[in-house]
Amino acid sequence: MRYHTPATFENASAIAAAASGVTRFLAGGTDVLVQMRADIVTPDDLIDIKHISGVKDIVQEDDKCWSIGAAVAGAELTAHKGLCADWPGVIEGMGLVGSTQVQGRATLIGNLCNGSPAADSVPGLAAAGAEVSVVGPKGTRQVKVEDIPAGPGKTTLAKGEVISGIYLPPRGKGGGDAYLRFIPRTEMDIAVVGCAVNLRVEGDTITEARVVLGAVAPTIVVVEDAAKALIGSTLDDKALVALAAAASAACRPINDKRGTIEFRKDVAGVLARRAAKIAYDRARGAK
Amino acid sequence: MTQIHVTTTVNGDEVDFLADPRETLLDCLRDKLGMTGAKEGCGTGDCGACSVTVDGRLVCSCLVLGVEAQGKTIETVEGMAEGEKLHPLQRKFIEHAALQCGICTPGILVAAKALLAQNPDPAEEEVRYWLAGNLCRCTGYDKIIRAVLDAAAEMREGV
Repeated sequence: MRYHTPATFENASAIAAAASGVTRFLAGGTDVLVQMRADIVTPDDLIDIKHISGVKDIVQEDDKCWSIGAAVAGAELTAHKGLCADWPGVIEGMGLVGSTQVQGRATLIGNLCNGSPAADSVPGLAAAGAEVSVVGPKGTRQVKVEDIPAGPGKTTLAKGEVISGIYLPPRGKGGGDAYLRFIPRTEMDIAVVGCAVNLRVEGDTITEARVVLGAVAPTIVVVEDAAKALIGSTLDDKALVALAAAASAACRPINDKRGTIEFRKDVAGVLARRAAKIAYDRARGAK
Repeated sequence: MTQIHVTTTVNGDEVDFLADPRETLLDCLRDKLGMTGAKEGCGTGDCGACSVTVDGRLVCSCLVLGVEAQGKTIETVEGMAEGEKLHPLQRKFIEHAALQCGICTPGILVAAKALLAQNPDPAEEEVRYWLAGNLCRCTGYDKIIRAVLDAAAEMREGV
C-alpha cells in the first residue's frame, strides 16, 4: 500500500485518477481503517487529505453560509457554538455517530462517502440543503448532498473525484432543524430509522420545509409530500397526520431482525412528527 | 514494503520509529515503542481498550495509522502516573475495585482523564455517555463510574 499526503485536492484527485488499483481517501479513518482491518478493502493507494490546508477549518462566510473542511471531526463540530446555534439538527445527527473516540476522528464527508443508508449525519445535511464541492480530473463542481449516495456503500462520485468541503446555507430568520433516530438501545448503535426535518416559519406558519428519511431505503429519501404537508400549516394535528402518512409511504425498507418493514414504516411517521415539533419549536424560538 | 520514518511526541518524549503505512498507531506504540498500556480488544474501534489522545483529542489508536502520528502529541496511560505517584483516577480505580481482568482499564483511564480535563464536574449520566465506547466485560460498569466520580470530586478539591 502506498501512502500519499498531497498538499492540494487537485493533487489528491490526480493521484486517484492515475491509480490503477484500489484507492481510498483517508480523513478520519473510522470506516476505512475498519474495512482494511476486516480485509473488506485493501487499498493500493491510500490518500491522506489531512495535509491539505484548510481541511480542519469551520468558517462562516460573509453571506452567512457555513463552510466545513473535509477533515473536521464530529467533536469539533459539537464544540462549535455558532454552528450548533444555526444548525442544531445537523450537528445532533453527526453527534450520534459512534463513541467519544469515534467522534474524535469521524467526519461529515466520511459519513456521506461511506454510503451507508443509515448514516446519521446525512439526512440532516440533505434537509438543510447542504452542498459539497467535488474536485475531479475535469475540475470542481458543486453537488447537493442528496445526489452523492447511490446505494449501500456506493456514491455517484467518478474515479478520481474527491469531496473537498461541505457548505451549509445561511440559516436566515425563523429557521429550525432537528434529527431523530430510532435504535433499540440508548447509545452506540446504527439507526433503524432516522428522520431530519428542516423548516422555516413566519409567525406561526411554516413557509419552507424539507423532510429527509434515513435507513428506510437504499439511500436517504427526500420526502416532498411530507414537506408539502408542513408548508402553510401551523403544525396542527391535520398537518402532523399528513406528514406521518407521507413519511411512512416514502419508505422502501429492508426487513431484518433490527426492524421489520411494517415497523420501520410506522416509526418513520412517528419520528417525522416528533422531529417536526422540535424543529418548529426551534424555529419559533429563533425568530 | 516501504517503511516511513515517523517522529512524534509520546507522553512528553520525542520518539521516532519506522512504520509500514498499513500499521496502526496501536501496533506502533506496542511493537515499536514497547508501550503496551494501550490494549487491542476488537481492533475495529468498538471497544475503546486502545484509547489514547492525539493532540488532546480522545481516539481509538487502532483507528489511527502510525504514519498519521507524524508531528502529533500523543498521551497514553503510561503518562498518567508521576513516577510512583498514581493519578487520582488510577488510585480511585484501585480503591473502588473498578477493574477485574484489566484489559479495558488503560483505555478507560485515558478516556476518563480526557473527560475530566474538559468537564471537572460531570454528572453520572455524562460519565456513562462519555465512556459508552469503552467496553468492560467484567465489572458491570458501576464501580468504574463511581471511581471516576470520586476521582473527579477529589481533583476538584485539589487534594
